[in-house]
Amino acid sequence: MAAKKERIQRVPMPEQDPDVRKRNFQEVPLGYSVEQAQAEASRCLQCRKPSCVEGCPVQVDIPGFINLITKGDFTGAIRNLWAKNALPAVCGRVCPQEIQCEGRCVVGKKDKPVAIGNLERFCADYERMHGSGELPPKEEPTGKKVAVVGSGPSGLTVAGDLILKGHSVTVLEAFHKPGGVLVYGIPEFRLPKDIVAHEVNFLERLGVEVRCNQVVGRTVSVDELFEEGYDAVYLGVGAGLPRFLNIPGENLVGILSANEYLTRANLMKAYKFPEVDTPIPRGTDVVVLGAGNVAMDSARTAMRMGAERVRIVYRRSREEMPARAAEIHHAEEEGIEFFLLTNPIRYIGDDNGRVKAMECLKMELGEPDESGRRRPVPIEGSEFILETDLVIVAVGSGANPLLTQTTSDMQLNKWGYIVADPETGKTTKKGVWAGGDIVTGAATVILAMGAGRKAADSIHKYLTWGW
Amino acid sequence: MFKIIKREEMAEGTVILNEIEAPLIAKKAKPGQFVILKAYEEGERIPLTMAETDPEKGTITIIYMVVGKSTAYFRDMKVGDSYQDIIGPLGKPTHIEKVGTVVCVGGGTGVAVLHPITRAMKEAGNHVICIIGARNKDLLILEDKMREASHDLRICTDDGSYGRKGFVTEELKDILESQKVDQAVAIGPVPMMKFVSRLTKEYGVPTLVSLNPIMVDGTGMCGGCRVTVGGETKFACVDGPEFDGHKVDYDELMMRLQAYVEEEKACYNDYCRLSEKG
Repeated sequence: MAAKKERIQRVPMPEQDPDVRKRNFQEVPLGYSVEQAQAEASRCLQCRKPSCVEGCPVQVDIPGFINLITKGDFTGAIRNLWAKNALPAVCGRVCPQEIQCEGRCVVGKKDKPVAIGNLERFCADYERMHGSGELPPKEEPTGKKVAVVGSGPSGLTVAGDLILKGHSVTVLEAFHKPGGVLVYGIPEFRLPKDIVAHEVNFLERLGVEVRCNQVVGRTVSVDELFEEGYDAVYLGVGAGLPRFLNIPGENLVGILSANEYLTRANLMKAYKFPEVDTPIPRGTDVVVLGAGNVAMDSARTAMRMGAERVRIVYRRSREEMPARAAEIHHAEEEGIEFFLLTNPIRYIGDDNGRVKAMECLKMELGEPDESGRRRPVPIEGSEFILETDLVIVAVGSGANPLLTQTTSDMQLNKWGYIVADPETGKTTKKGVWAGGDIVTGAATVILAMGAGRKAADSIHKYLTWGW
Repeated sequence: MFKIIKREEMAEGTVILNEIEAPLIAKKAKPGQFVILKAYEEGERIPLTMAETDPEKGTITIIYMVVGKSTAYFRDMKVGDSYQDIIGPLGKPTHIEKVGTVVCVGGGTGVAVLHPITRAMKEAGNHVICIIGARNKDLLILEDKMREASHDLRICTDDGSYGRKGFVTEELKDILESQKVDQAVAIGPVPMMKFVSRLTKEYGVPTLVSLNPIMVDGTGMCGGCRVTVGGETKFACVDGPEFDGHKVDYDELMMRLQAYVEEEKACYNDYCRLSEKG
């Protein structure tokens, strides 16, 4: 049986042609057809002890939903997914499957692993386009009120879990649109914003109240939320403070954090300027510093904005690049160049204070550092000038102090992140849980969702039993 | 939605006042803090420091100069129209304490922002001298309110059509020469703040300035509003908007404010053309 299944090749995801897509903002992968999804689903061995599930931070019943696809029960499949994951359309698109579920897939030992992410996405898209819109069952109202601060992946997970358990849930979002990093960070061509809106709308239909323009820590404090009658508060505000390199010339015009560049492009839709009012700098020779997912998103956005050349400049080598494999692959296909083992040491501006070049040093790899990766060491005398007219700094982010500064009795670690129990998300402040990037530092959507899931379980216990 | 309940034109229609329903913000706001406004779906997020708040009534007041498409659109909204989104209060409030004699210097719409700070300085028991300036008499705003908020109001116009002919810095210099001043607050165009700070530094008078750089989110997330203060990069939205005037790199700030000047001009001209047609 198993031998027969292995003969089917992994069904490739149909995609927009690189030369076309690199100049538009439409989604790159086009999605499986029913036939493609069922062919791919048939490759699953239906392991009795599925290691793929262990690789999933929210423990989706992977063989279960895949089996329902092979049977043609797509409604059953999405319900199965929803039981563990409130945002399957998102996860199917942005999870690093290769190091999670698909990385553990048994089929993957000899062949390419089952395309679990593509199948998850298929189920969510099928439901959105052809589904009945019928909601999953909800438990009886408990009369308890929960405030979720931040409407990113972890906040939405908490909201989705707790509303199904019968609690009343209000999500407070600082921006004018809900979705957090899903709307301001991840570009349209990777995660269309109407999909995020649909996922949020699904939660609203379940009864979650979403309030935008609420800067918790400024408009209202956490203590005031309790005064307003909330029984528990979940903090999923993200990391959010952009890091810069702190090298000379960094405040020249034309040097932006990836947060700013992507927020302009994604949340404010500045790629449509002047059709919309928010402008975005257009570079012809763009440099992106960093090699994570955010760097890839920035580089690919710059290419779509009409750049002639886009270079990723990274101080380590290819092996250490933290981006998801698919993002690196897509970026290369679109003509993004990689300048590895290169470290900028200063920016050079023109008379109007606009960036025109960077001075860089060549690096080589030395001994492993505390992250376990080989430390990049400068090569003496290797300085060279790299011309550029737009630099996007995507070297990570730190903890945004806006909320934590105004919240009493809550312990932070030395980097300003909230100290929370890794199993429950409980903070040192009574009735307050936290998860996602504001606890762990910048990580992935699915890890934030995993933290949200654990916190939701713990909040539910607390609201039910008082502990 | 945030409804406009009062609208006034000042300075020959170049400066507009909007009083807006925003009860949550009004309850929290303190002098020196700002809001970010967006009028409609495709609109830009515009940071403006509040001129007034009324917690009882649940309203905030902004006073702004029409400089581009977004502010032109704000100007064209009528009483009863609404801003789609407003967030706030953002930034740190002004540090108000009794220090003795305070000189508050305002130029352009900076006077609107200076007003609640001036009043608070007076209420805290300071002797408050105020200098406000404009290009000419017709462009001067809030004269009566500033007179009420201070002990001594001095007026300067560039063309001498009202008050003293000359810049606010000349009046300030006379004050600094003639009496002991414990603190200065300067809010207005960047060059004004630069020259006021240069002058007060000579006299060793601590000086607060309020900056209004380009920003997107206003919560510390984008870093668009970074300014160099005392050689360090600060984010105006969360570390400010007020800083030690003696330490701000004004030339860099002026350059950064020019980042989108071409785009803004094109956008504004388009809007004006459409408005004329419409």
